[in-house]
Amino acid sequence: MIELPALGWQSIVIFVVFALSLLIATYCTYAERVIAAFLQDRVGPDRAGPYGLAQPLADAVKMFTKEEFFPGGANKALFIFGPCLAMITALMSSAVIPFGNSMSFGNNAFFLQGIEVNIGMLWVFGVVSLGVYGVMIGGWASNNKFSLLGAVRAASQNISYELAMGMALIAVLMISGTLSLRDITLQQSVAGEWHFWNIVKQPLGFIIFLVCAFAETNRTPFDLPECETELVGGYHTEYSSMKLGLYLFAEYVNIFVVSAVMSVLYFGGFNFPFQYELRDWLVSNQGWELASAQNLITLLGTVGLFLKIFAFIFFFMWIRWTLPRFRYDQLMRLGWTILIPLAVLNILITGGLILFGVIN
Amino acid sequence: MSPLFLFLAFVALLSALGVVFAKNPVHSVLFLILTFFALSGHYLLLNAQFLAAVNIIVYAGAIMVLFLFVIMFLNLNVDTEPHKPALAKIAAAVAGGSLLLILVVALKDVLPTGAPTDATFDSQIGMVNRLGLVLYQQYLLPFELASVLFLVAMVGAVMLGKREVGERNF
Repeated sequence: MIELPALGWQSIVIFVVFALSLLIATYCTYAERVIAAFLQDRVGPDRAGPYGLAQPLADAVKMFTKEEFFPGGANKALFIFGPCLAMITALMSSAVIPFGNSMSFGNNAFFLQGIEVNIGMLWVFGVVSLGVYGVMIGGWASNNKFSLLGAVRAASQNISYELAMGMALIAVLMISGTLSLRDITLQQSVAGEWHFWNIVKQPLGFIIFLVCAFAETNRTPFDLPECETELVGGYHTEYSSMKLGLYLFAEYVNIFVVSAVMSVLYFGGFNFPFQYELRDWLVSNQGWELASAQNLITLLGTVGLFLKIFAFIFFFMWIRWTLPRFRYDQLMRLGWTILIPLAVLNILITGGLILFGVIN
Repeated sequence: MSPLFLFLAFVALLSALGVVFAKNPVHSVLFLILTFFALSGHYLLLNAQFLAAVNIIVYAGAIMVLFLFVIMFLNLNVDTEPHKPALAKIAAAVAGGSLLLILVVALKDVLPTGAPTDATFDSQIGMVNRLGLVLYQQYLLPFELASVLFLVAMVGAVMLGKREVGERNF
């Protein structure tokens, strides 16, 4: 028989993470409009429910009840497969993200993480690199030249920015010495000493990663694959109904996941300042047991991680409603002639600093 | 042979056949990607997590995207497919068949020696740390040479992307 290791607890975690990703992505569509309205001094959605909170629900009903349209000459199987793939790859990478430290009940300790693998960073990077297939296949199968152009743009954009993103990750790997996202998180906070998050050690790497994250999620100012002023709707020109919905939804799931990855890699993940002091204070002054104090810290850390994630999601939206779109040649030039040399420089600087013992 | 191995082998063989027999080149590429996934699954069964992840990143994530990219541009379909002369088809069949024959003969009598028993089994064998030690101790020179090669390729790509003197800036 095949042995399925420790399925019970982990499947619950994975299910919760799955539901949370979908919930957050749903309310991202609402948040996007509210933030856009705020930045443009408008009212925003306020009709459906109190403060327009039922707006995502109304959108979903609209998406599901719209006519499902297949363009003539389209490759029907791949036309359906494209949005499915976009959604699957968007949801996959959250499996390895540590959403919290361990919880202990009696003698059992549980990690608030889907799967703890020692190649977590590579898993995220691999899934991100697969994300472009949904866009490519959908754009090609539509049998429309604008869709094809969008698909081709998405492919070249992702390949170009993956390089710089990978090299920014290598610099993180050099200081952490591990590929496990949980270990990287734990290293960013050590009890009893001043210990900084990776952003302090990797400021340049973080900026490179951030720019590449915008490009990989096809967000403004890098949303060239769906550039509506040039390509009608880009790769999803021919899509309607919930298949279009899946594409738009996958984008928000991607934003959530990439925000989580950035929080974990550079902003301490589930660590928050003075967590050990708080734990020790609870134990010594309030008479808590160590285990329950640790559980409280874990829960607070999870809340903290989500606050970091929401801050990043807000940043994504803020940028979208502030900056205009790049031109395609500018996008490619930024990727190849600025970000990649900068990423190499970052690796060199990091190596030098490690060699001379400035950071470890 | 575990059921998981049999399933992965089945997927790998079926999708590899799909690469050859698919009429549409885009379908061929997609079958090839599926083959790489099945192979990565085999690596995982062999406890080589790093190799599995790198196989996905490099082959499925980068090289196959470029394949798909080129094939989408070429717009290949049945009408434009070149028809090879009969001689070429026969020559290809003979060459491929003899390669298959040699492989079968060579592998027919292979016995798995040195396969780990329960006592000598090392669960860390394919992990990143172990691989890094081997690469940096036993194969340092080839590894460094290969990395120089990649660096040269990257510098070349960046050079090609640089704006030339007098180029119009739109």
